[in-house]
Amino acid sequence: MMTSRPRWLPHPGWLLLIPAVALLGGILGVPLWQSFWRSIGSGDWTLEHYSALFTDGVTLKVLARTGQAAAVVTIVTLLLGYPYAYLMTRVGPLWRSVLVVMVLMPFWTSALARNFGWLILLYDNGLVQRFIALFGFDDVVLYGTAQGVTLAMSQVLLPFMVLPLFSALGGIDRRLLLAARSLGSPPLVAFWKVYFPLSRGGVVAGCILTFTLACGFYVTPALIGSPRESLIAQLLGQRTTQLLDFAGAGALGTLVLVVTLVLVWWANRMGGSMATIGAVAGQTGTRR
Amino acid sequence: MTTLVEPSIEVPAPAKPSLLARWRNRRSADPTPVWLTVVGTFVALYLVLPTLIVIPMSFSEATTFVFPPRGHSLWLYRNFFTNDRWLDSLRNSFIVAACAASIATIVGTSAALGLHQLRGRRSARFMQSALMFPILVPSIVIATAVYISFLRWHLVGTLAGYVLAHAALATPFVLATVTSALGTFDPTYLRASASLGASPWRSFLTVTLPLISRGVATGAVLAFVTSFDEVVIALFIRSPRFQTLPVQMYNSVVVEIDPTIAASSSLIVVTVSLIFLVALLVNSRRTSRPGSANNRRSVVRRTR
Repeated sequence: MMTSRPRWLPHPGWLLLIPAVALLGGILGVPLWQSFWRSIGSGDWTLEHYSALFTDGVTLKVLARTGQAAAVVTIVTLLLGYPYAYLMTRVGPLWRSVLVVMVLMPFWTSALARNFGWLILLYDNGLVQRFIALFGFDDVVLYGTAQGVTLAMSQVLLPFMVLPLFSALGGIDRRLLLAARSLGSPPLVAFWKVYFPLSRGGVVAGCILTFTLACGFYVTPALIGSPRESLIAQLLGQRTTQLLDFAGAGALGTLVLVVTLVLVWWANRMGGSMATIGAVAGQTGTRR
Repeated sequence: MTTLVEPSIEVPAPAKPSLLARWRNRRSADPTPVWLTVVGTFVALYLVLPTLIVIPMSFSEATTFVFPPRGHSLWLYRNFFTNDRWLDSLRNSFIVAACAASIATIVGTSAALGLHQLRGRRSARFMQSALMFPILVPSIVIATAVYISFLRWHLVGTLAGYVLAHAALATPFVLATVTSALGTFDPTYLRASASLGASPWRSFLTVTLPLISRGVATGAVLAFVTSFDEVVIALFIRSPRFQTLPVQMYNSVVVEIDPTIAASSSLIVVTVSLIFLVALLVNSRRTSRPGSANNRRSVVRRTR
């Protein structure tokens, strides 16, 4: 900092980055690059592995199923997360801390422990089934079905919906709502016309985030879902370890990666949710 | 209000500071509706219940996964602590997590310091995003790619393979926490110590490191938990000779129906929750220090 250095020498700060670049580049970057390289025929510049994805009859079906599952999870988390985030803005600091701790609970509990808990809850004649039976639905099967997987995935992904929502709702001036009410608007109309439009940035960011993360789930569908209704992550795993179709797996992995990055980039533009991921990640972890 | 778990997004203006004010709010023209409290409670239960249910299950006498558990017994715990497969995988997980966290802490702290020195440059901002990349990539994509490459590098099922993969995954978390700790670091301290004759290395040890120690410590804990809990990559690079605790737990559900997973889950849930609660208390006790909330927010702003 104090000494002058020749202009051709790089800034010493770059030296400190070498270990991180070597570790991440060598252990994650090189495998991802090799996977991509295999998917284009290891130098043959062929797109046959990509066209195979769309013609093999399985991939497209699984992709559609994954998209549908992720969409349902997104809607469920939005419906549950919006009132929760709204409540967070309405209570005092103590209760807000309690609510924050609770929303982060799915984060800091081990993925396996949480999935095991869901397994117990969702078993035939388990707690959830008996709870639903109270409302007259006594033939709902949750273990090994898409509904069970949705229920379990929504719980894990709720924080990613609640935190951007909380950040958006906290910035809304509630007096606008009161003003609308005082001008004779019924509560629901006031909410829909005044409050909700102001929260749209958080809603969009939370939805894209949740959708993106839901597309990559592996352990929850594998443990709770049925093998006949596998999602894209399971297909990718199967292609790698059972079919040993490394080139095909590379193509599928590249496709998933590109879709994820596009969605994240979009979420980032829609409301700075990269910051939310970074913030949440900085405190807990997102690897599931 | 600086706690470990508080979301470092824009925190809304502090509202209703006291019980009295809340009581007033209840009587005001704008009360919190009852249905909202009911829905909130329901969602809170939904968030917490699946985690807590493993604890009563771990005291069950039955050999199945049926709830409610039957009887009171510690046999699952005895099983866990006497069965070699469970103990080995627990030990493996500890070794892997300790090594991976050490590497990630050193590498991540170094990178955060480097980026701090280069701050303001476009290339540095690009590097920061590039190093955060692993957080965004779905684990399964990383896992399959790493598995195929590790096959060729003879790293599948080895301690080195696990440590390297987990260290790479955990580095972004350390980078994030240390960067946020550096947010309020005043570089004039370094000029002062240099003018007093300290070498850069000595300045780092006696000035910088103590000031960012909490960020480094938080990052190290996160890195440890990230590795200890990592399932997807571990499932792919496991071997019969070497596997970690999450893999053993996965097997105990999928391959062999082994109820010992209930004891193991409870132990993990309680241990990790204690770590987080202690961190929470330590953090909230030191709120007055020029601390984390502000620098976290500044990180958020910078990453936008």
